[in-house]
Amino acid sequence: MVRLDGNAIGGLLHEVFGADMTDAEATCATCGATSTVAEAAVYLRGPGTVVRCRTCSGVLMVISQIRGVNCVDVRGLTALDPRQGAR
Amino acid sequence: MERTAVRGRLTWQVATVASVRTETDSVRTLGLEVPGWPGHRAGQHLDVRLTAEDGYRAERSYSIATAGGEPVAITVERLDDGEVSPYLTGELRAGDQLELRGPIGRWFVWDPSDGGPLLLVAGGSGVVPLRAILRHRQRSGSNVPVRLLYSSRTLADVIYHRELDQYRGGAQVSYTLTRSQPPGWTGYSGRVDAAMLAEIAWPASQHPLAFVCGPTSFVEAVAEQLVALGYPAGRVKTERFGGT
Repeated sequence: MVRLDGNAIGGLLHEVFGADMTDAEATCATCGATSTVAEAAVYLRGPGTVVRCRTCSGVLMVISQIRGVNCVDVRGLTALDPRQGAR
Repeated sequence: MERTAVRGRLTWQVATVASVRTETDSVRTLGLEVPGWPGHRAGQHLDVRLTAEDGYRAERSYSIATAGGEPVAITVERLDDGEVSPYLTGELRAGDQLELRGPIGRWFVWDPSDGGPLLLVAGGSGVVPLRAILRHRQRSGSNVPVRLLYSSRTLADVIYHRELDQYRGGAQVSYTLTRSQPPGWTGYSGRVDAAMLAEIAWPASQHPLAFVCGPTSFVEAVAEQLVALGYPAGRVKTERFGGT
């Protein structure tokens, strides 16, 4: 499966969080590494969209659409911080 | 699900194809009329959604090819086994409609205030958002020095060739052709490698800002080589695209 990055789910994340999240900082619950969402590894074509940590490849987020509703599993994140003063 | 537009929300809307331009044998640029478009920044993308008669939907992201302030356009490469790109490049005509949402992304974007010098490295249709950055720099009168290294299979596959060749002065464009080179070719040949980047990339001591866009393997190889040349990872912005 092609590994993309967080830019590819900019629209989906905007739909889920109500704001652009590509420049948000994500902290991995597995290894503690912090990185920009745009740099996370993203797999689009599974049963859901899987977002993985680039440092340890632990799962950060899984987003699945069930009957038109986005179900979002963020147990792999300890923090998701939109950039301060972001436009 | 249909819903009313909420401020700040990203909503699907209907756009009209205003123009179709052939760039190469497999690449078209679609000029789009999007009612109420809020404007976009160089490097952003939008999502396109196609709905089949049976309700099946396919969504894809496409980089916006134009500078902020210019009409919206996307440049699409036809992938023969794709679900969306054959329709966008082969079927759509001026006056047709399609669903989109955007603009999307505020990380892979460049504004003159972000400074430079700028290094842009493109693999194939990864040149699209970098073209938007070049146009934005030009239109805004920025004097930030910029170099574009554009890797393409053959000369005939180079998108925006004539336009890119017109850049002078502070904007330098170099090509490398990976599959075949025409007789007398004076540009680079072969894949982007450490030696090529060492020649073209601004020295790390100048605190350059790099944007790399292309297929995943291309982007990761280039980003790794730039870091090896001393670029801090935080100054190398990457955007990967896949082949469907």
